[in-house]
Amino acid sequence: MASQTRALEAPVTAARPSASLWSDAFSRLRRNKLAMVGLGLVILLLLAAIVGPFIAPYPYDQQDIKAVLANGGEPLPPRSEGHVLGTDSLGRDLLSRLLDGARISVTVALVVQIVVLLIGVPVGAIAGWFAGRADNILMRITDIMYAFPDLLFIIILSVTFRETPIGQAMDGLLLVFVAIGLTSWVTVARLVRGQLLSLKETEFVEAARAVGVSDRNIVTRHLLPNGISPVIVAVTLGIPAAILAEATLAYIGIGVQAPRASWGSLVADGYKYIRSYPHLVFFPALFIALALASFTFLGDGLRDALDPKLKGKQ
Amino acid sequence: MISYIGRRVLWILPVLFVVSVLTFALMHAAPGGPWDREKKVPAATLAALNAKYGLDEPIYIQYVNWATKMLVLDLGPSFKYRDRTVNEIVASGIWTTVQLGIMAFTLAVVIGIPLGVLGALGHNKWPDYLTTSISIIGIATPTFVLAIMLVIIFSLWLGWFPTGGWKGPEYWVLPTIALAGFSIAQIARYTRASMLEVTRKDYIRTALSKGVGNRAVVRRHMIRNALIPVVTILGPILAFMVTGSFIIETFFSVPGIGRYYVTAIEQRDYGVIMAMTVLYAAVVAVLNLVVDVLYAYIDPRIRVS
Repeated sequence: MASQTRALEAPVTAARPSASLWSDAFSRLRRNKLAMVGLGLVILLLLAAIVGPFIAPYPYDQQDIKAVLANGGEPLPPRSEGHVLGTDSLGRDLLSRLLDGARISVTVALVVQIVVLLIGVPVGAIAGWFAGRADNILMRITDIMYAFPDLLFIIILSVTFRETPIGQAMDGLLLVFVAIGLTSWVTVARLVRGQLLSLKETEFVEAARAVGVSDRNIVTRHLLPNGISPVIVAVTLGIPAAILAEATLAYIGIGVQAPRASWGSLVADGYKYIRSYPHLVFFPALFIALALASFTFLGDGLRDALDPKLKGKQ
Repeated sequence: MISYIGRRVLWILPVLFVVSVLTFALMHAAPGGPWDREKKVPAATLAALNAKYGLDEPIYIQYVNWATKMLVLDLGPSFKYRDRTVNEIVASGIWTTVQLGIMAFTLAVVIGIPLGVLGALGHNKWPDYLTTSISIIGIATPTFVLAIMLVIIFSLWLGWFPTGGWKGPEYWVLPTIALAGFSIAQIARYTRASMLEVTRKDYIRTALSKGVGNRAVVRRHMIRNALIPVVTILGPILAFMVTGSFIIETFFSVPGIGRYYVTAIEQRDYGVIMAMTVLYAAVVAVLNLVVDVLYAYIDPRIRVS
């Protein structure tokens, strides 16, 4: 083992450019093909949601009655004149409705995760920081939320408040978003709590406290930034769960109100014509699948990229 | 251990209490009542109906009435199916729902775990790609889409299985697969990740280097250790299969209890809603408990501490 004693030709630190946690994680993410495919699809979905209504050939509720009548009152198949993906039985352009559905799915993703963060982070932070009794009470509350059958709770909430102003807001969608958020914050709260409990004992926090940094600043400046990566992963992986929940509810007729349609209600409507016009089910189902897969890939990639246990391996 | 289990069992009661209070309050906060019909019911009839079912009492009295009956397992009358009690409705469908849930759960475990093990053992080779593809498809396909696909392929095209009903084993196949699909993918993904994690462990290298055969290492060291974290997701999965089966039950006309749930909420059938929510919450709570105990039992490291 003579090589061990040879003189260093260059300073050891130059072997690898120093990298912060984030740029390091990002370069790992970029090497993950599946995650990049996911990221690409997510960006496409976001674009569809933002510019969709402007590039859609028709408004989502415009009926091309003439074309449908000319077809004997039946939906138009894909590649019909003026309707790339065909229409439903009322002559509404499927592509335009799918693009509007993208907007719904992206809004679900955003609003639900905002609700989750707004509830989950403070609850977890308070429980983790103060420990003791506050921790006990808050964790018992999360236990109760865990036992609540999610989908059923969302259905009860949606049906209960359907006639109220909040139930009517955003074509009936806001209520569903909030209901999904109310059942999904527990995971984030538990993660934040766990992170805080373990970080609290670390030396740099001890040091910060020794020099007299206030509780609030320790939490916001030291603990949250250091404990945030599992939360980012949980939030990303919570997005497909929220999209799935919304699609499922729309499929059974809860949430979005006609004439607007989410991908789930498009599947439900199209199922009536499944024998002769499978495209009415195929395309919305495909869009749901792509949305679910893309966020799952991205979330998995983020988890692998941010997991410090993997650092240095590979 | 016993005192731990005891504490956890006792903790289920307050959970069920809070769940039932919340559901009760929510239901009654909703505008509309069980007697809303297309045709307006005369005020006198309405008052008589409300009085008969105790709906004219203050809400907390109504809750106490419901809860005292609940304690002796009397779930009260159904407002929608006037000739049946909620007990009869639950009794008529619960075993079908449980049967469907257990069949789907068994299918998910029997396919999901070997698939995950296979994928990890053939890491970055074709078994891995097979496992990964199946998990991706499973995770990207909502239950209701999978149900539609199964019916198109196996009922309409091939004609192998009926599209709905529950008259014999051939009726069980499609609902079971549809309900299990998502969980097969979840279990396979989880098992694969857990196996890969174990592969890197020192004790595996030790076992291999002291000459233990490949087969024995996989069976005795890897799979055993890899399955410990997998157990933690089995509880939520079984709970999902029992409580989330209402979409499958409605789609395939399975006579379980799940299909009553949505109509009961729409129609303000208070008794049915309360019974099912509390039942489902109990199932979830008990399964969570079983998983935690099982987890401690199979992992000696936790048992000791």
